[in-house]
Amino acid sequence: MVGLVIVSHSRKLAEGLCELTNQLSQGKVKILPAGGMEDGSLGTDAMRIMDAIQQANSGDGVLVIADLGSAILSSDMAIEMLDEDKKNKVVIADAPFVEGGVAAAVEASLGSDLNKVKEAAEGAKELKKIF
Amino acid sequence: MTINNINVIDIIKVMANAIAENKEYLTELDSAIGDADHGINMDRGMQAVLGKLPSVEDKDIGTVLKTVGMTLVSTVGGASGPLYGTAFMRAGQAAAGKMEIDEKDILAIFEAALQGIKERGKAVAGEKTMIDALEPALKSYRDAVDNNIGLAEALNRAVYAAKEGMEYTKNIIATKGRASYLGERSIGHQDPGATSSYLLLQAAARVVNSL
Repeated sequence: MVGLVIVSHSRKLAEGLCELTNQLSQGKVKILPAGGMEDGSLGTDAMRIMDAIQQANSGDGVLVIADLGSAILSSDMAIEMLDEDKKNKVVIADAPFVEGGVAAAVEASLGSDLNKVKEAAEGAKELKKIF
Repeated sequence: MTINNINVIDIIKVMANAIAENKEYLTELDSAIGDADHGINMDRGMQAVLGKLPSVEDKDIGTVLKTVGMTLVSTVGGASGPLYGTAFMRAGQAAAGKMEIDEKDILAIFEAALQGIKERGKAVAGEKTMIDALEPALKSYRDAVDNNIGLAEALNRAVYAAKEGMEYTKNIIATKGRASYLGERSIGHQDPGATSSYLLLQAAARVVNSL
């Protein structure tokens, strides 16, 4: 099953989205938070993200859901630091943080492959919230 | 002229001091167009680097630079963490195994560092970033090395070009990073990243000029 890593500048925000996505995917998907810095301050840390990716990967790959700005740069860097054979099974979604995270978690819980999980996350951009 | 691993460690220390001395200034620049954390973030990173230096005192220059990069990546926090982190890690690859480097080695190191920043930030010159200081600096340095000017003078010319590039960022609209949300309101403000890049180069030149 595809795993997820939730990257945010804020530890609380990353943990909060993990809580929500875990609930909506009924605990079936490995979802790891990588929020804030080691000392708890705001920011992103490529090393922490890399650790989370390794923990989230059970062989079918990992989708990274990132909030903004340096979260993308740090995630890119974390992927680059992985071993050659693991790199190509980790991708970052160009997706809204909450909606993308939820869509990805639900899709992953259905056993879909990495491409489909990424598509689901990115498709969340088009979701209408108010009808 | 060559510089050795001890000189490189001195350069890193002077870089950390330059960032510490300009912490408020960098943050002030960043509060105008960014999230007011560049000075604090860079200082936190460079202070962590200072703590790591004793463990690489007798190591090759590649290892020293790589250690600086890895430390910045996990301590800076903002976009400058992965950007400068990549720059120093790529620089470290270019200097792998060397205990001494000359003008040409430093050219290769500088080129690798700038290339790393461009790839990581998916940015080019003219977008109001550190590249606007570093790219003209690299060009001046390369020209000076091609003309056998000598390391100290080549670095001085690079610093001069970086300063001009840094000042030029006042006239540019930001299209990358937090400042890009401001659009044309970013004009008139000097880019904090270009400024820290200038300060780092200036620190390197100072040490080499004192040898």
